Amino acid sequence: MRPRVLMFGWEFPPHNSGGLGTACLGLTRALAKEEVDVTFVLPKRVDLKSDHTRFVFADDGREKVNIKFRKIDSIIQPYLTSDGYIKELDRVTKKTIYGKSLIDEVKRYAQEARIIAAEEDFDVIHAHDWLSFLAGVEAKKVSGKPLILHFHATEYDRSGGQGANPEVFDLETYSISQADRLVAVSGMTKNILVDKYGVSPNKVEVIHNGIEMPDNNEVSATLEDVKAQGTKIVLYLGRITIQKGPDYFIQTAGRVLDLYDGKVLFVVVGSGDMHRQMIDQAASMGISDKVIFTGAMFGDEATRMFKTADLFVMPSVSEPFGLVPLEAALQGTPAIISKQSGISEVMVDALKTDFWDIDEMTNQIINVLKHGSLQNTLAKNALSEAKRLTWEVPAKKCVSLYNKVIRSVGSKTG
Amino acid sequence: MASVCFYFQVHQPYRIKKYRIFDIGKGNEYFNDRSDCDLNNEKVLLKVAGKSYLPTNKLLLDLLKKHPEFKISFSFSGVFLDQLEEFSPETLLSFQELVDTGQVEVLSETYYHSLSFLYSREEFKKQVERHKRKIKKIFNVTPEIFRNTELIYNNDLAWEVEQMGYKGILAEGWDDILGWRSPNFLYSTPGTKKIKLMLKNYKLSDDIAFRFSNKGWGEHPLTAPKFSNWVNAVNGNGNVVNLFMDYETFGEHQWEDTGIFNFLKALPAELLKHPDNDFVTPSEALEKYNTVGELEMSHFVSWADMERDLSAWLSNDIQHDAIQKLYNLEKEVLATEDSSIIEDWRRMQTSDHFYYMCTKYFNDGDVHKYFSPYDSPYEAFISFMNAMSDLKLRIEKAKKEKSQKTNRVRKIKLSIT
Repeated sequence: MRPRVLMFGWEFPPHNSGGLGTACLGLTRALAKEEVDVTFVLPKRVDLKSDHTRFVFADDGREKVNIKFRKIDSIIQPYLTSDGYIKELDRVTKKTIYGKSLIDEVKRYAQEARIIAAEEDFDVIHAHDWLSFLAGVEAKKVSGKPLILHFHATEYDRSGGQGANPEVFDLETYSISQADRLVAVSGMTKNILVDKYGVSPNKVEVIHNGIEMPDNNEVSATLEDVKAQGTKIVLYLGRITIQKGPDYFIQTAGRVLDLYDGKVLFVVVGSGDMHRQMIDQAASMGISDKVIFTGAMFGDEATRMFKTADLFVMPSVSEPFGLVPLEAALQGTPAIISKQSGISEVMVDALKTDFWDIDEMTNQIINVLKHGSLQNTLAKNALSEAKRLTWEVPAKKCVSLYNKVIRSVGSKTG
Repeated sequence: MASVCFYFQVHQPYRIKKYRIFDIGKGNEYFNDRSDCDLNNEKVLLKVAGKSYLPTNKLLLDLLKKHPEFKISFSFSGVFLDQLEEFSPETLLSFQELVDTGQVEVLSETYYHSLSFLYSREEFKKQVERHKRKIKKIFNVTPEIFRNTELIYNNDLAWEVEQMGYKGILAEGWDDILGWRSPNFLYSTPGTKKIKLMLKNYKLSDDIAFRFSNKGWGEHPLTAPKFSNWVNAVNGNGNVVNLFMDYETFGEHQWEDTGIFNFLKALPAELLKHPDNDFVTPSEALEKYNTVGELEMSHFVSWADMERDLSAWLSNDIQHDAIQKLYNLEKEVLATEDSSIIEDWRRMQTSDHFYYMCTKYFNDGDVHKYFSPYDSPYEAFISFMNAMSDLKLRIEKAKKEKSQKTNRVRKIKLSIT
């Protein structure tokens, strides 16, 4: 039987700002190849109305279309583009605060989901991350179909392990109680669900993300002048927020500049609530001329930056998965990744370190900069590894999970 | 007639500790990890001695006494013997007891278990000589048969080793080279005069070394009678069955609970049941049998991995970079005449360092990972290169001191005349 999936998401490329949209695109494309019918529901974004038509794969004619898109009337904004709107760091309590309106929008999305669930025909509900969990729960209430919650992150990660927003945490906990199965993007995330949310390990399946070649891979490198002078480029690319460990990157940059006698430039790509703080930190360390802040980059611009860099560093404090090192790998750039990331469970052709171990990160960076052989060997092996880690395996795991929950619900009612 | 020739390789490298960029120039040693991890050479040696060397030595000593016809041979790397002297004299003594039975032959190899033959013939010869002296000192015997690191072999090596006075040499009996020929005969090498080539019967050797405990293997469990039958089958179409393997097979690669010790204990008597079987040391095999033909091996062959080539140590950029840069230092290192610099440089030549850097099947979690004490091949490379950077600083310092000394002496001489 061909499973029909009602999928609730939040964002979708090219209008995504985090890994969630990218993951949804990769997963749905691979599911289409596995002969799964997916109806993907997105909260409508007024300002992007015309762009939504580009989401439908039928337009590019390259792939078989088993996926159609639904959008609902809501004013929800993707949670990562506008940190000011969605969450901000309370300067006094250091806690993450979500705008009141966001929770309201999540609830409104859930109400709309009831109508969609009544209109559509499907066998299973699959919801991605907390913003769409309530929608999934409501769809289940209306339809009686099994519900799978897919955790790309938890509120626990988003707050860097400190001061989780109780409202969001409660929402996650409630949704979990209503769900039939959970999917975690890494063993690390599964552990958090078990330890912090009290979920039974048997209820959680680990399905690591995959990666796709970017639609446009034919971009050229940038910063030619700098590179031409023999300057090596070490890249940070991600939101500039506590969860991603940008401060460790800046501190490490200072350490490398003290010890390494070659030319090196540190490039920080991204935006976020710690942006100013990082610029100030670099200035106070006296390395402002060696650390460049470019602002956020997506799509071709990001691809170009990966291609330019000699080394990508991901010092995340807590990273449920973390696809970026594989994106860098696809552009021939090796990576240093923190051991506190889901990706470190699957990626072997990378250097690994604890996010707090500035000495070790320095040791690794300098060795990559000094030894072309190390850079080449890492880059070559990481590229073939990234090409192997496609969405095919995760999609197959999802299909078998769909069949499992559909069967068990069927046997319960029948 | 089927003679059985056992050769056991006994080797432990001096693993380089986690050596970071901050260690360079600080006078920190390379091989003295004292932590609880597998870079701690003493810890590893004592662990393997307890699980493998001591119990196997005891078992073999009993067998040699019980069966005067039973013969075996060993090749010990010099760095292994050094570690026994340093960490476990008790184990060294038990090896000496084995050799003292007169039923045990000791083979020749490079002191540092190195790939020096590939990079410097001068260095290669020095290491073989040094090993010979060490064996004489410890066991009071002089090896006459050579085996190169990891059974790496080609025609040139046989020629070189013959010049050095050896009468026999060991190599892998790999199908790709042998074709229709059997490894159970002696061969000669093109361009040499007398040196004889003994080839590993890799199928029978690996049945013990690799497949013994593999429950997925059709022949599992392997018993002494079953194995003896396979050896008996060679009678009539072969002279000598060469069973070459790592000594750690017994108790370390194959744990005691697999029954490996019971298997070994029963094997000599079982093999001797067949009237045409006997045991020989490599030297005895050469005495006893003539070569049956010439075997051309112009490319290097080893006993490692499925490829049986050099790729375990030399297949990616980091391996080539590390080893080439190490051998580039040869002249400067020797010119320092500083024994500790020279010793450290040589310990860094041990093939294991380059094996740890292998990325061939790193993804599949294969045997390289199993044998590596590092988190990844890249980590192995980083520690190695940082240690080499430190070594370079020491060389520079020694050079400077030497030239200052020369200047002082010259000044004094001038002042006298």
